[in-house]
Amino acid sequence: MQESNSIAAIENEIIEEFQLFDSWEDKYEYIIDLGKKLPALDPGFKTDENRVRGCQSAVWLVADFKDGQVAYKADSDAVIVKGLISMLIRVLDLQSPDNILNAKLEFIREIGMMNHLAQTRSNGLLSMVKQMKNYALAFKARKDGAGASS
Amino acid sequence: MQASATIENVYDVDAVRRQFPILSRQVNKQPLVYFDNAATTQKPQAVIDALVNYYTGYNSNIHRGIHALAEEATSAFEASRDAAQSFLNAEHREQIIFTKGTTEGINLVAATWGRANISEGDEIIISAMEHHSNMVPWFMLCQEKRAVLKVIPVDANGELDMEAFENLLTAKTKMVAIVHVSNALGTINPVKLIIEKAHNAGAVVLVDGAQSSVHLDIDVTDLDADFFVFSSHKVYGPTGVGVLYGKQHLLEAMPVYQGGGEMIKDVSFEQVTYNDLPYKFEAGTPNIADTIAFKAALDFTTAIGKENIRRHENELLFYATAELEKISGLRIIGNAKHKISVISFVIENIHPQDLGILLDHRGIAVRTGTHCAQPLMQFFSIPGTTRASFAMYNTREEIDIMISGLNKAIKMLS
Repeated sequence: MQESNSIAAIENEIIEEFQLFDSWEDKYEYIIDLGKKLPALDPGFKTDENRVRGCQSAVWLVADFKDGQVAYKADSDAVIVKGLISMLIRVLDLQSPDNILNAKLEFIREIGMMNHLAQTRSNGLLSMVKQMKNYALAFKARKDGAGASS
Repeated sequence: MQASATIENVYDVDAVRRQFPILSRQVNKQPLVYFDNAATTQKPQAVIDALVNYYTGYNSNIHRGIHALAEEATSAFEASRDAAQSFLNAEHREQIIFTKGTTEGINLVAATWGRANISEGDEIIISAMEHHSNMVPWFMLCQEKRAVLKVIPVDANGELDMEAFENLLTAKTKMVAIVHVSNALGTINPVKLIIEKAHNAGAVVLVDGAQSSVHLDIDVTDLDADFFVFSSHKVYGPTGVGVLYGKQHLLEAMPVYQGGGEMIKDVSFEQVTYNDLPYKFEAGTPNIADTIAFKAALDFTTAIGKENIRRHENELLFYATAELEKISGLRIIGNAKHKISVISFVIENIHPQDLGILLDHRGIAVRTGTHCAQPLMQFFSIPGTTRASFAMYNTREEIDIMISGLNKAIKMLS
């Protein structure tokens, strides 16, 4: 049985929420709203190092590893991208590196945002997912490495 | 009768639109409004037909074939050279070198003329409104040769600082590489004057005509340009073809670019004799089909008449500018006195990318971002702009659709 805070369960929640929208405008108004509500990243984190490459807008992503879970924070100067990021964080935040690495993120297709994943859109959602998984991979390697040496 | 109505009466934009099959398609269930013409223009039926006719009728490799197809393909290919010569008013057909596009033309000049003529301490002048294509090849050459890259600044209106340009010219200036029309701002630069001043200082001038060739009448002989480059796909022709025009004595003295077939006369393991102009710079099998169809694009544009097209596009530019200025918080980037039909703008507290996404949902294609001119965006302290660029087939009604789409997007975003 699925746990209520599993990646798949949260993805299903989002899919169900999006089924309530009749038009693309409603969907985007919701995403824009999510973007506005995502807490701004502390200016100190908005460094070149934390920039996600391959985005037309500026996107910053930072991650922390605590108690076997990855915690993400992100920001962007474009609000739609920020809304999309907010959904990614909702799904992947405070999950284990293994679960993050295995996440298929089917909800993006289900809610009709697949076009934002296309390379050509260069709006960074694809780079964003990649970067989030890279952090998970790095934390997993660190954890496994620490485990092996102890 | 009202004066403003007469232009539309003379210029039958509906008839022009019917020549472009793509304009009848829908995007996101809305009629397509295509305002990304500075990136690439749509293709008229005549160009599409030329491509199909070539592949269905006489596809063949050119120049040395002895059979009928090879001869037909060769004469069609060379007819494109004649068409390009007349489009630019070049003196000789041998001065027309076919390339992949503007970028390759500039790289060719930097790699051949540049390597042969630039040495340590020499100076190359570009401007702050160059496309990366007319910036990076010179940057690379300067790095290789320890030469100095100097930049003509622009002012707040997006015009070149001509006084600063004159001060940059020195006895060490060997090359001035300048954009004719800015892709990001629409500014028409005074290239004839720039060429005159550069020549007085003993420098050679390359004009990047990627944006100008579709809108302005180009006369390389009158301009006295040393090099002029442009791309077919921005003049209603196919992608993958461009023209490098050069003065005959410069082209003849330049070392070859790429080695291979076509560009040689005789080859042994001991010695290679290179071909004459223009073939010396056209190594390998060229892009035959697209080059042939390029002529159809030039003929089509010339038949409608650049002056007629320009009048129509200027009307659209004035109308769109006036309508955009009514939007509160909107600022047009690039207010040069002489502009082509390109409008870049920013809206307070709204990222261009958000606008682009929302306009796309209404079937409106604009470009957002830095327009391959990052230093220029840095000068204006903006992350990028939204750019609408108009072509011969655009209409006032389409501008109304964009304005309404913009107002709706602003409402959603604020």
